[in-house]
Amino acid sequence: MYQAIVFLPLLGAIIGGAVTLVGAYRTRRTELLAMGGGDGHGHHHDDHAHAHAHDDHGHGDHDHDDHHGPDYPVAPGARFVEVVTTGLLIVAALLSWVAFINHGLGDGEATRVQVLRWITSGAMEVDWALRIDTLTVVMLVVVNTVSSLVHLYSIGYMHEDAQRPRFFTYLSLFTFAMLMLVTSDNLVQMFFGWEGVGLASYLLIGFWYHKPEANAAAIKAFVVNRVGDFGFALGIFGVFVLFGTVSLDTIFADAPGKAQATMQFLSWPDAPAMTVICLLLFMGAMGKSAQFLLHTWLPDAMEGPTPVSALIHAATMVTAGVFMVARLSPLFELSPTALEVVIFFGATTAFFAATVGLVQNDIKRVIAYSTCSQLGYMFVALGVGAYSAGIFHLFTHAFFKALLFLGAGSVIHAMHHEQDMRKMGGIRRLIPLTYWMMIVGTVALTGLGIPMTMIGTAGFFSKDAIIEGAFVSHAGMAFYAFLLLVIAAGFTSFYSWRLIFMTFHQQPRASFETMKHVHESPAVMTVPLVILAIGALFAGVAFYEFFLGHHYAEFWKGTLAGGDHPEIIEEMHHAPWWVKSSPFVMMILGLSVSYYMYIVNPRAPVELARRHDVLYRFLLNKWYFDELYDLIFVRPAKWLGRFLWKTGDGKIIDGLGPDGVSARVIDITRGVVRLQTGYVYHYAFAMLIGVAALFTWFMFSSGGGH
Amino acid sequence: MSDWPILSLVTFLPLAGAFFILLIRGEDEASLRNARHIALWTTVLTFLVSLILVVDFDYATSNFQFVEKHPWLGGTIAYHLGVDGISMPFVILTTFLMPICILASWVSVEKRVKEYMIAFLALETLMVGVFCSLDLVLFYLFFEAGLIPMFLIIGIWGGARRIYASFKFFLYTLLGSVLMLLAIMAMYWQAGTTDIPTLMAYDFPLEMQKWLWLAFFASLAVKMPMWPVHTWLPDAHVEAPTAASVILAAVLLKMGGYGFIRFSLPMFPDASEFFAPLVFTLSVIAIVYTSLVALMQEDIKKLIAYSSVAHMGFVTMGIFSLNRQGIDGAMFQMISHGFVSGALFLCVGVVYDRMHTREIAAYGGIVNRMPAYAAVFMVFTMANVGLPGTSGFVGEFLTLAGAFQANTWVAFIATSGVILSACYALWLYRKVVMGELVKPSLKYLTDLTPREIAILAPLVILTILFGVWPDPIFNIMSASVDNLISTSISTASPAIDPAAIAAR
Repeated sequence: MYQAIVFLPLLGAIIGGAVTLVGAYRTRRTELLAMGGGDGHGHHHDDHAHAHAHDDHGHGDHDHDDHHGPDYPVAPGARFVEVVTTGLLIVAALLSWVAFINHGLGDGEATRVQVLRWITSGAMEVDWALRIDTLTVVMLVVVNTVSSLVHLYSIGYMHEDAQRPRFFTYLSLFTFAMLMLVTSDNLVQMFFGWEGVGLASYLLIGFWYHKPEANAAAIKAFVVNRVGDFGFALGIFGVFVLFGTVSLDTIFADAPGKAQATMQFLSWPDAPAMTVICLLLFMGAMGKSAQFLLHTWLPDAMEGPTPVSALIHAATMVTAGVFMVARLSPLFELSPTALEVVIFFGATTAFFAATVGLVQNDIKRVIAYSTCSQLGYMFVALGVGAYSAGIFHLFTHAFFKALLFLGAGSVIHAMHHEQDMRKMGGIRRLIPLTYWMMIVGTVALTGLGIPMTMIGTAGFFSKDAIIEGAFVSHAGMAFYAFLLLVIAAGFTSFYSWRLIFMTFHQQPRASFETMKHVHESPAVMTVPLVILAIGALFAGVAFYEFFLGHHYAEFWKGTLAGGDHPEIIEEMHHAPWWVKSSPFVMMILGLSVSYYMYIVNPRAPVELARRHDVLYRFLLNKWYFDELYDLIFVRPAKWLGRFLWKTGDGKIIDGLGPDGVSARVIDITRGVVRLQTGYVYHYAFAMLIGVAALFTWFMFSSGGGH
Repeated sequence: MSDWPILSLVTFLPLAGAFFILLIRGEDEASLRNARHIALWTTVLTFLVSLILVVDFDYATSNFQFVEKHPWLGGTIAYHLGVDGISMPFVILTTFLMPICILASWVSVEKRVKEYMIAFLALETLMVGVFCSLDLVLFYLFFEAGLIPMFLIIGIWGGARRIYASFKFFLYTLLGSVLMLLAIMAMYWQAGTTDIPTLMAYDFPLEMQKWLWLAFFASLAVKMPMWPVHTWLPDAHVEAPTAASVILAAVLLKMGGYGFIRFSLPMFPDASEFFAPLVFTLSVIAIVYTSLVALMQEDIKKLIAYSSVAHMGFVTMGIFSLNRQGIDGAMFQMISHGFVSGALFLCVGVVYDRMHTREIAAYGGIVNRMPAYAAVFMVFTMANVGLPGTSGFVGEFLTLAGAFQANTWVAFIATSGVILSACYALWLYRKVVMGELVKPSLKYLTDLTPREIAILAPLVILTILFGVWPDPIFNIMSASVDNLISTSISTASPAIDPAAIAAR
């Protein structure tokens, strides 16, 4: 069954890939024949020029989610690929729930399914294997549920796109890589999944390859992730040196004995091994989960189709970092320093991203920053040792954030690919179902619920648990985190409601033409919304007892390091009332301010922005990180590359080396014997003579040696 | 089957094919076609014969197998052939790539077809000879003579600046080789033999080891090529015809790495340890330096050539980390780079044959007309950046793991090459393949022809197969690498044992 869960999406991707390739190959050939091979300029040429002019108009406007692309006929086999990949994913998702019920809720033993040997080099023995335990099955449920719903939704959302088979192939490929990541039983396989989702993300962000911004965003995502992977890879090497293996079981078994181990790292002779390793690994997590400093790729990734944002950049891939830290919690547990760093980055990200989210105007970017911020919450939970709270938030967040993204997609779809909220407004009666689904997503994200009861949305249970965890923790960074998280909770509420008010309420700002065509999305898109909405409302109350409550120990079965000392979970339950109600207060505050500024007095935001112009620009430009990185990394690298090429290779090495020498040689030969004829044969001949002469000498001298 | 000289057969079969082509008279279309077919079927036959080596290979032993030994030139030198787990993969790599190269030259080579095919077949003999030789002089003969056909191929069938490129190529490689020849003579004086297995067991005095090591290094570093003697490679690649680039990147460069593993480590183990920091320094400079340079290239082939230098930096770093992962990784990286870089040059050849330019700026958006090509190019681009699941990852990962055990600084800097490789490879892909197709010259591009698919498909399959299941290659190498480490390295330096470090 586990093989089926993991490999069905791969099967879908392979089938889809084959259909895509064969279809595209044939279509292009037919087109070429129709154009008359290489001769048919003139008439056809004009056709193309016209098509491109039309496209250029489309992408001239940065905010357009324009996915018409070159005017191609629909790729052959589109329906077939849609049905096959979606069908396989639905099967995988159902099986995942079976696994979840057997394993998490039941008392299934943790198992390991060997698939194939991979790398064997001395002590470095790596297998392809599936590790099945509670953490894995939670992730299986998240990944496959969201992925199957996104597949389904995409059938509707992408129906105008000619290249659907390719899209569904990439989606299934992504799902496979993500599943390999969450089922890995060793660090190298995790790295495979890690980079595999990176590849799929690159392909999907750049899906509309005719858009320059999409290409740039795709490369940025891959490269920034590689910066994180740089740390991850070094972390793996460190683990290998310390433990002599990369297999998780052995590492966890040996870890307590190595808590005080030291290792040589760079110029640091007795570095605390566990801290070094955990920080390196965390660098990988920061890249994948878009944490502060390595976050810049995530907002740009919104150039991809919206279902991709829901699947990859909200529910699954970006949570891989959280998953990784939770999976390796037995290691992180041994390095308090590393945990402090995790708290710091988590809290900073949660706050930073929330501030930027306050002023963004692109509907998808608001949600992207919100994701970034929520990931920060999860890391804080991990850092304070409340691993299960972090994973619980990952679990609930997957539902409501996927819901928000898909809902935004439905809005974009209705508004004819408009993403700028300044050009929306007043459409709640035109697309009521989408509106209500977005409301559900928002109340789940902002954590609506009655403090100290069991009544509330998903976010109420998981997010509030994290804030309580940060308060009761004894870590040095804990109070910093608590403070920032509470503030960020207010910001979250503000920007979430701002999104709702700007999009659905207020006066319509779109053109009359657009408004006339605003329409509710087809059932294939709204059904996934409804399913996710059910999750967003009830995932919290339904699973709280398992993840954090009374069934905590039976549920986790010691998978997380926190299982060995559940005191933090215990203390969380006994946090003071004002701590427990602080997120609620902040939520109400955010909502009220938002309501005032966008419903009661719509002039207020403009006034505010004008009065605090510097701050507004600072936030609008995302704290100027892109500009900063361009200045300190991109430009110097380019300059250095050109310098090393032209001056290093050209002037110094070649100038002093071969060119200089050959110039002299040529001078001499020209001057003395005029051998320089320019025919290669002559050179070759000269070389042969040279070699022969050397051998002759060798033979003579070797004779003398005896 | 060990009673008939199978290694000689594999080595000299191509030469027999060359002889047949020599017999063809006339320059008409029919005789050119015959020349092409003879070359193709000779190389295919050679590959099939070489597969007997794989089938009959004894995985359990590190001894040389299929050995042939005949006294030659008055007994001082022997015609001594044999392969072990270290040389065998290279022999197969060579015989495997040759038919692909012949096919890649099928239509793109139009002038002097017969001579071209003869040069390639002769080159194959010499390359296989290098990897099979068990006598230093014989090795040197093959090693040096291999330059001549390559020199001719670049010089005659190359691009505009072919004379400069071939001259540079020759100057560099020959200068290094002269020192190697001196070293071979010195070894003969000292040990009284040029027999490689005997020399591998011979204990040279430390001072002498150092000089000998340096002399070999001079030659092998140029071949690799290592920074700062790499500048011949981009020029040679740019001017060389596609198939020559493939052979250059896939096989000729590997002779450097092969030489380090075959000679430097077992014959001069103490010197290898002594000079390891030097190699590390040059390797990490190569990785970062050439990756940065690759970032700024305007010529597709030059970019890939520079990335080759960076990848070879991983190889030298792995070899001289002197541990299991490093050497396994270096070996694997060489094999993998063999077909990945070969495939990348073939990909360049595909568009070059259509557009007759290698300028990156001349392309853009060709995915719109060549979807199959775009997919294939994507696979190799990902293998080039070392994505797990492609063969490029396994070698890179192991060499880095090896280096980390030897020196964390080296691993740290080298790993940053992983970021840079993503930058230049994806940038190239974007500029050439992605985007809107606006250039009128590209409007009528045709996608891969069946011949091109036949060339590239096996490489795609191998890239992914060995990325997921590299066992076949590790199994071949395993016994020999074990032996290399236990006999040469552990006697020179205490084995770097992860557990020992951890225990501190």
